[in-house]
Amino acid sequence: MKPINLSQKTDWHFIDQVREESGQNAALCYQCGNCTAGCPYTHYFDYPVSQIMRLLQAGQKDLILNSKSVWLCATCEACTTRCPCEIDVAQVMNTLRIMARRENRVSEKDIQKFYDTFLGSIKRHGRMFEMGVLLSYNLKSLHPLADADLGPKVFLRNKIHFLPKNIKGRAEVAKIFQRFAEKSK
Amino acid sequence: MAGREYIYYQGCAQEGTAQEYDASLKLVMAKLGCSLKEAEDWSCCGSTPAHTVDEVLAAALAARNLAIVEKMGADTVTTPCPACLTALKTAHLHMGRSQKFREAANALLDHPYNCTVTAKSNLQVIYEDIGLEEIARPVTHKLPALKVAPYYGCILNRPPGVAQFDDPENPVAMDKIMSAIGVEVVDFAFKTECCGAAFGVAKRQMVNELIYKVMTMALDAGANCIIVACPLCQQNLDLRQSQVNRTMQSDFNVPILYFTQVMGLAYGMDPKALGFGKLVVSTDDIIKSRVSVEEFEKRQKEAQEKASESQKEIKES
Ligand code: SF4
Ligand code: SF4
Repeated sequence: MKPINLSQKTDWHFIDQVREESGQNAALCYQCGNCTAGCPYTHYFDYPVSQIMRLLQAGQKDLILNSKSVWLCATCEACTTRCPCEIDVAQVMNTLRIMARRENRVSEKDIQKFYDTFLGSIKRHGRMFEMGVLLSYNLKSLHPLADADLGPKVFLRNKIHFLPKNIKGRAEVAKIFQRFAEKSK
Repeated sequence: MAGREYIYYQGCAQEGTAQEYDASLKLVMAKLGCSLKEAEDWSCCGSTPAHTVDEVLAAALAARNLAIVEKMGADTVTTPCPACLTALKTAHLHMGRSQKFREAANALLDHPYNCTVTAKSNLQVIYEDIGLEEIARPVTHKLPALKVAPYYGCILNRPPGVAQFDDPENPVAMDKIMSAIGVEVVDFAFKTECCGAAFGVAKRQMVNELIYKVMTMALDAGANCIIVACPLCQQNLDLRQSQVNRTMQSDFNVPILYFTQVMGLAYGMDPKALGFGKLVVSTDDIIKSRVSVEEFEKRQKEAQEKASESQKEIKES
């Protein structure tokens, strides 16, 4: 890890906020490194997950919320399963991801776009429409041909539908999103 | 366990890229005396993306479906997809633990969820409710060419407090099911390692590297095919295999089967009906190698006789 400038003040409010929202106490972490040892994504993280926990203890909000790690975490739950202090580490990562999104600090825009496209599909159809998600993600992310090599494999086997299946309760599902949007105003 | 009926939460992939899982599961369950009744007008569980926005929103998207199951008068729902399973179980546990959270999630819904439904993977239902003895009973065929590496993926058994099934570090349900139907299993250290999950689209190279590791470990363990219980694992390993070969300079040609497809083969079912035609890496050799139990035993007996005859000849000469 790059040296951290501790003169960047500890953000105590941030520590409290993460504890409150995640229901997890990062102060319990004693840096054994078990979570990082089992994390399949650690190679791609800018800060390994145990260092995120340490940074969290030090209240380093900016470093954490701007990190790639919080978006590259795939919620595989290896860390949570192996933490000897029974910290739900994946839940901490999840909370950090939500906070980064809320503060408009998403480091991995493509991942966020993919998630948003997925959710847009649910809002519109009630179910995730695979073909629609792929096409609209490709347009939005400006990778129009991403995974185009896989297309024929899928189409030839009749595995994917070209039209969405709208469920009867799609308005009901859309309302879940609407009510949520109103509440978070 | 005949005559059992389960409410079935299919999940979005089952209608599309995982049709073969859906088809083989239904056939196998019927063979084992269980029927699956689709949850009425179910919606998407929200999966991982919803959890990146808000926990209450994520819980509400999943709980709409749990409320449907509740209304249908059932206390258990089964799903083939580990991502759906996690979404349903997390919503249920979270809403059951905190009244404040439950109220917040229910406030987003037309019909509230009262926290009475247990979600189980279909693997759990087959392994625990039906049991190995019943699983072995319908076997009519042997698959002597198969050496399977059971790949559970990351979240089917994790974290233990949510999954509440099998072992989080060394799950064995699929291993035991395969042994029960007479299929050879290899011990495989990467059973629960993540395959790249839903990052395939946005982070393709990363996913290719992770798939490469899982496949290499399976082959090193002596497997010639991998079985899965997750639509996303299947898709990553099967559909992206040529992509992996291209970017990692590998030459994998490993069939990736749903465990229910292997069960169906052992039960003598038609490979086409089991969705074998939908798999990308060819499974022709596997299908061709299938023999009836009688034929297999006859061949074994003949081989034994030949062996003892040649031994006799050696002694006499
Ligand atoms: S949940 Fe995230 S941080 Fe934890 S091991 Fe998996 S990828 Fe790493
Ligand atoms: S496993 Fe737990 S205690 Fe160990 S470093 Fe990770 S979070 Fe800290």
